Formats: sequence, C-alpha cells, structure tokens
Amino acid sequence: MAGAIWCVVEDDRKGMPKKVMAEVLGEAARLGGPAEAVWITDKADEAGLKQLGEWGATRVWLLENAAFAPYRSEVWVPVAAELAGRESPRAIFGPVTSRQREFLARLAARLGVGISADSMALAMDGDRLVATRPVYAGKLLSKVAWARQPWIATLRPNVFRPAEAQPGRTAHVERPSVTIPEARLRLVERREEVSTGLPELTEAEIVLSGGRGMKGPENYVILEEMAGVIGAAVGASRAAVDAGWRPHRFQIGQTGRTISPKLYMGFGVSGAIQHLAGMRTSKVIVAVNKDPEAPIFKIADYGIVADLFEVVPALTQEFKRLLEK
Amino acid sequence: MKILVCIKQVPDTATQVKIAGDPKAIDTTGITWIVSPYDEFAVEEALRIKEKRGQAEVVAVTLGPERAKEALRSCLAMGCDRAIHVNDPALADADTLTTARALAAVVKQEQPQLVLCGRQAIDDDMGAVPAQLAEVLGWPSAYWIMEEAVDADAKTVRAARQVEGGLEVFDIPLPAVLSAQKGLNEPRYPTLKGIMGAKKKEIKDVKAGDLGLAAEPPALSVVTLEPLPPRPPGRIIQGDVPTAVKELVRALREDAKVI
Repeated sequence: MAGAIWCVVEDDRKGMPKKVMAEVLGEAARLGGPAEAVWITDKADEAGLKQLGEWGATRVWLLENAAFAPYRSEVWVPVAAELAGRESPRAIFGPVTSRQREFLARLAARLGVGISADSMALAMDGDRLVATRPVYAGKLLSKVAWARQPWIATLRPNVFRPAEAQPGRTAHVERPSVTIPEARLRLVERREEVSTGLPELTEAEIVLSGGRGMKGPENYVILEEMAGVIGAAVGASRAAVDAGWRPHRFQIGQTGRTISPKLYMGFGVSGAIQHLAGMRTSKVIVAVNKDPEAPIFKIADYGIVADLFEVVPALTQEFKRLLEK
Repeated sequence: MKILVCIKQVPDTATQVKIAGDPKAIDTTGITWIVSPYDEFAVEEALRIKEKRGQAEVVAVTLGPERAKEALRSCLAMGCDRAIHVNDPALADADTLTTARALAAVVKQEQPQLVLCGRQAIDDDMGAVPAQLAEVLGWPSAYWIMEEAVDADAKTVRAARQVEGGLEVFDIPLPAVLSAQKGLNEPRYPTLKGIMGAKKKEIKDVKAGDLGLAAEPPALSVVTLEPLPPRPPGRIIQGDVPTAVKELVRALREDAKVI
C-alpha cells in the first residue's frame, strides 16, 4: 500500500499534542499505517514530539513557524498541500475540532478530493476506505467512499480506540521546507472564556446534561460540583439554552454539539428528538427525570424516576465516596 | 455593498428521517422542509448589515431540487432582495466540493463583497462548503462566527470566530466568506408584509451549463444509509433515592465500567 496515513496534530497551543491524537494515530495504525503526524504549529515541545512517537507516529512532519499561529486556513492549507503534493499520503486524518473541520475541508478542496467530516468508523473495503458518519445529527448513519486519494476525514473524539503509549518508541522528525504564504487575516484579540476547569464538551469522556427540569440557571452549580468530582463536562438541552440558562456553546443536540462520551447523564432532560440526535451515540446513557414517560428513558441504559434535586446531591456524595477509595 | 447568502433546504429538526427504497437516500414523504437553522443566522446577519448601512443588496442562493424554491421564498420573506436557484438534476448527487464549485460560479457572476453561510447544513452535517467555497474562490474565510462588523468602506470585516476555549477576533479584507454559528443573532420571523412582498421578488433559475460547470463525478459518494444500531434495552432502577443512587453507581462501576 503506497503512501502514509497523515494525522494532523491538534495541540494545546503550548507545545503539546492533545490526548485525542492517540485515537487518530491508533486508527491510522489499525488501518495499516504507517501513521505519520503532521504538526503545523508555532511551538512544538520536545516532550510533544516524544509523545507522538510513543503513540505510534513513525514520522513527524514538523512545520514550526511563528506564522502558523493563530491557525489561519489561508496559511495552513497551501503549506499542507505543498507537502502532500511531494509526499503523496494516501489518507489525511484529523480530530474533530472547530479549526480542523475548516482546515481539512479547505485542504480537500485544494487537492480536489472528498472529505468525510465527523467520521465514527473507518474500514477498508478491498482497496478503498469506507467511512461511517452520522447524518441528520445522528438520526441515521451514512457510509461514504472517496473517488481518489488522499482520503481526507475528521474523526470524532472518544469513538476510536486510542493507541497505547509505548515508552521508548520514537518518531523520526522531519522539518521540511515549505513556502509560507502571506496571511490576510490579522488577529485583533483572543478572548479566553473563563475557565471552568472542566473538560471541553466534545472531548469529555463523561458529560452531564441539564434540561428544563433544572428550573433555572442558578441550579447548574450542582451539576458542576458533580462534574468536578468525576471529571465531566456539563452541557444543556436546547430548552435550557433557549431559556438563556446556559450559553449556546453548551447545547447538545442537532443545532448544538454532537457528542459520543463514554457516559452521558441527563438530568431533567425530557429527550426531544433533536437532543437525542446529539447524544444517542454515547456508550452508556443515564437518565434522571420525574416524568416516567420522558422519551429519554427509551434510549437510556439506566434510569431513575425521581426529582433530580434529590438525586444529584446524593449521587455526587456517592461518587465522592467511591473515588476516595 | 452586495452580500450573497448561501442556504440549504433541510428536513425540520423534529422529523423522524427514514431510509428510502434506494438506500442512498431518505424517504421524503411527509417531510416538513425548513431553511437550515445555521443558514437563518447567516440570512439574519446579512439583513442586519443592510439595515445598519442603510443600503445593500442581499441575494439568497441555493443548490437543490425544485422544492428548494420554498426555502428561497422564506429568505425573501425575511427580507432578502432576490434569489438564485441552482436547479439542475445533473447536480442531484453533488458532494460538498461540487456544491462549492457551483456556488463559486454564482459568486463570480454576482461579485458580492461578502458571502455568508451557515456553519453546516443539518442534514448531511458535513460543514465543509463554506471553507471549500472560499478555497475555490481563493478568498479568506473565517468559521463559526459569533459576531461581525463590516467597516464603513466595505473593505474589511472584523469577525470573531469560536474556538475551543474562547473567541478569536480577526480583521479580514473583503471579499471574504464567513460561516455563522448559533449565537450570532436571533433570526427574525417574516412579517405578513414580507411574505406578501416575497411573492413579487425574483427567483432566478440557473443550470450547471449557465455556470460553466463541467460534469465531474463527485469526490465523495454515499455508499449506503443505515439506521442506527438499536440500543440494548435499559433498566429503570427502583427504590428510594438513596438506594437507587447506590445501585446506579455500583452498576456504572461494575457492570458498565465507565466510572
């Protein structure tokens, strides 16, 4: 099989690749590899390069230049296209993040190939790759195939089995020279959100979600407390977002984030079809609702029919007790 | 100033979509069609730019079958000035790249200073067209816009894009492509006057040939649609709250192994 599988690195902007890269590299190796990392950044830490090697990258194409931050598609795309033109990878993958969704779509257009966004499974069918991806916000699955290489895809976090870090495994680091185009976008400012200390909704392994049953914005603090104990992200239903209780970036559902955590727990979430679409691919679903007829119970693995304001504090205590052991 | 807004007609979010006899398509019987919600943010933003400037032309464009005219009519009722419908059976299997090329051909004919799109259509959820349109045009782009302001001369737009952990604000020379994220604005409902007025506004039909598009096979094709694998039956944990909570935590730890 000619050509490597490239994995475009998502980093923490401080020189370290994000954990989700273990999943992308793991999948690239599973598909036969060789799994190679492409890291476009203003700063790559030595420890980050080592980490990519331990996750199984046989090679790291390191494109390190101040011009690469902040991410701008008009700078990244020509650079990646130039390198792809020379090296002919057979596939280019990246994790689903806001910028990689844009970057890989634009790169696909530059290279004249297809892109499968938000892929949840990848498999070889003879000598072609077939991607499985949710459509209609996860109401159906669509299998798609490319007319030619490179096969470009973004991979949904938490779905692919991560590569295990093997100490001592190292990547060969290449620093290719490329033409860096002039940027037309000029950064004015970066406004950081007040950090909640909790993980990102789309990356979290556990997600707690509060719906209309939360009764008001002030009550989300009880979910945040539980989230702090078990390392979860806190999301909300559209009803809660439309009521102004939570900013829309926390909305789970068809017009919000589509998530696939290991564990989803809905509190006071009725389970409107457009919310279910955004979370029904979660591995384990727990629902807590006073209303035994709430549609969410139809897809829940575990349900408790009770008042969430009694359940949440008790559950937080029980998690604390368990995790202190 | 001229603003082009790219929209798509999609099934309403409350629709239970079913696979058709042809497993590559959905059964469209009984579906209520809407303008994709993210595209409504784009339309609203274009109208706000027009209102703020006092003068601008807002043109809605879509690629889709005959029924997509209804979506364009909704945009005209909201306040768009006219519409262009890329309506050609030859484009029925258009993937994102073909769509981007068709829209780019319309943009080249219309020469707007700004193109607004929704961040993704909520049917195929690909979210690739805005970036690919910008690439085909060779224009700068910014995605998932939460706020924007076009300068007085319509030479630059200041736009805030949503990234993990915050917002990044850029000055972008026009022409440019921006994609709208939820939160950019609250789309208006068409007024009765708007709905009546929309009937008199122009919707121009164009074919692939009018746009000089070469017939190319799609770069990405649907092999098949599948229903979701059924979830295993769940269980309601009985008992009073302390008992149920203890049992839930035990089950998550020991049976599901997720805690």
